[in-house]
Amino acid sequence: MEIYLYDGSFEGFLTAVFDSYKKQGVIRKENAFVPDMFATTISVQTDLEKADRVWMGLSKKLSADGLHQFFAAFLSEIDVIEDQLLNYARYIFENQLTIEHDFGNAFVLFVAQTARKVHREKHRMEAFVRFQLTKDGIYFSLVAPDYNVLPLIIRHFKERYADQRWMIYDRVRNYGIYYDLEKVDTIWMEMDKQEGIWDPNENDYQALWQTYYKGANIAGRVNRKLQLQHMPKRYWKYLPELR
Amino acid sequence: MLNILVFLAKVIVMQERVHEKLSILADAAKYDVSCASSGSDRKNTNKGLGNTHPGMGICHSYTPDGRCISLLKILLTNYCIYDCAYCVSRKRNDIKRAAFTVQEVVDLTINFYRRNYIEGLFLSSGIFKNPDYTMERMVRIAKDLRTIHKFNGYIHLKAIPGASDELMKEAGMYADRLSVNLELPTEEGLKLLAPEKKRADMIQPMNFLKNEIIRLDDERKVLKKVPTFVPAGQSTQVIVGAGKETDKDIVHLASRFYQQFKLKRVYYSGYVPISNDARLPGLQSQVPMMRENRLYQADWLMRFYGFNAHELLNDANPHLDTEIDPKLSWALRNMHFFPIDINTADKMLIARIPGIGMNSVNKIIAARTFSALGWDQLQQMGVQLNRAKYFITCKKGAMEKKDYTSGQIRRQILHQSHSKYLKLHTPQLSLF
Repeated sequence: MEIYLYDGSFEGFLTAVFDSYKKQGVIRKENAFVPDMFATTISVQTDLEKADRVWMGLSKKLSADGLHQFFAAFLSEIDVIEDQLLNYARYIFENQLTIEHDFGNAFVLFVAQTARKVHREKHRMEAFVRFQLTKDGIYFSLVAPDYNVLPLIIRHFKERYADQRWMIYDRVRNYGIYYDLEKVDTIWMEMDKQEGIWDPNENDYQALWQTYYKGANIAGRVNRKLQLQHMPKRYWKYLPELR
Repeated sequence: MLNILVFLAKVIVMQERVHEKLSILADAAKYDVSCASSGSDRKNTNKGLGNTHPGMGICHSYTPDGRCISLLKILLTNYCIYDCAYCVSRKRNDIKRAAFTVQEVVDLTINFYRRNYIEGLFLSSGIFKNPDYTMERMVRIAKDLRTIHKFNGYIHLKAIPGASDELMKEAGMYADRLSVNLELPTEEGLKLLAPEKKRADMIQPMNFLKNEIIRLDDERKVLKKVPTFVPAGQSTQVIVGAGKETDKDIVHLASRFYQQFKLKRVYYSGYVPISNDARLPGLQSQVPMMRENRLYQADWLMRFYGFNAHELLNDANPHLDTEIDPKLSWALRNMHFFPIDINTADKMLIARIPGIGMNSVNKIIAARTFSALGWDQLQQMGVQLNRAKYFITCKKGAMEKKDYTSGQIRRQILHQSHSKYLKLHTPQLSLF
């Protein structure tokens, strides 16, 4: 069996789909690959032209929603996602009809459900990002999402906070997105100490928010399970109201 | 130097004062259940702050009671000229009183919003001096936010019954949603617990809003530039369990108001005991959370699943079953509808099957055009087979071969389920 190794980018993956399409190969990320003595590996050179052809092919068979789901499922970065997406792509190309809603098919359902999970995480980031104002007027937020969702939230934050400079930094994947009042760029940075970089009023607004959070609770209706279901513990350390 | 110190001291005192006000006025506002921030579509086209496009709500946090925080929900003031028995802010209640200034509310809203704490503002108020005086200040806040600060976030204002039509109209220009609370589900309840208020005073502004919305919608059909007017519509709230009303009273009332006033939502607020007034449940009584939950389920069935109020509650069944959900309860009373064939039945018929939610309904409708569906596929799509299996047939026929009576089905389902609220009612001693 042949193993196609790609660089981890979406374009790289689409190139790998192109290269491996006619063969019985599997696709793996090169940095996560454990060598296997019985398999031959082929290193995929990311090629925007090939990637584009696959994407155009998909866009002829999928709705805008379906295309978005394909990309979202890829961003899940879960172990088997390359296999699932490859099988899904094959199923798409083999059929004359659009099979996007054929939820009786295991690949279609898997991609739809994975995309849904990624979407839930995207939505959580839209909810749980907390900006802190720095001295130089940038609203800064540190996050650690389960999936690689920053590419999916750019538009939401850009439209919402059109008049303030902001930065959201994914500390798990070590990159961030920065809006400079015009456009959003991808950035990398060293995480230094964060003391002394905040605006003098920042603490006070966090304290006011904590006051509000306490006041809004109804003690007679306590339901911790429901709270946890909506807001799992792993998000808490980034939320000032729960620190 | 001294001047600077005096200034700093003033700033600190002011900040402490805002903390105290926020604490009092958030606490007093929390019995209003609505926290919806959806249904509006105010695009950020002026490069201002905020965006409610495409009208999806976001819950930014959850309090230990499991309720969502989406909006900064506060009272402008908890001073009030009324003395409604069920309300913490009633005139004769001995509590701390406070009032925000317009600027303080604007400042909190903007700064919370910029930090992504909230979707916007939900402003309610005790009645200070008179309805117009109160409403005027609330409208001022919404106006400042929209015009001075170019704020496109969500604004929900409580409409104060008795405020003038002009103020109500102005409020509608700036707010995404306006709401008037019906407070109690029956007029007798209102007479008993809030004798100064009348149902007619609450209906008047609802009627006004409905007519304005319809009028402007009609204008929009012929004119290009018609100002937005409460794009997220109006809603109301009723308190559950403070009076002696039945579930039938409540759900039929809701159904009537959805139709008459085109309400977007009716909220049901389980009464939280706050007083030892003999007319009300005592301080030790539980908040009727289970009942509230069932009412919301019934509400959903009416709004999305094609049920009407009479099917769910009638003179023979004046209360919702607390042990099982209202859809299952309806199905057990109407066994002649079933079994339903998943692969051929109409969409709205499938929506009536217990254990199948609207998400699954849509998946089933889409998927069955490709191939007939079987049990495994249904389960993977998220259908709750433990409940649904008694009511459907699919590619492989029926799962349950026996003809069960509704009583048997009920027992079997209860036996397998782990309700969040209830354990199976077993007799205290089981001798056999």
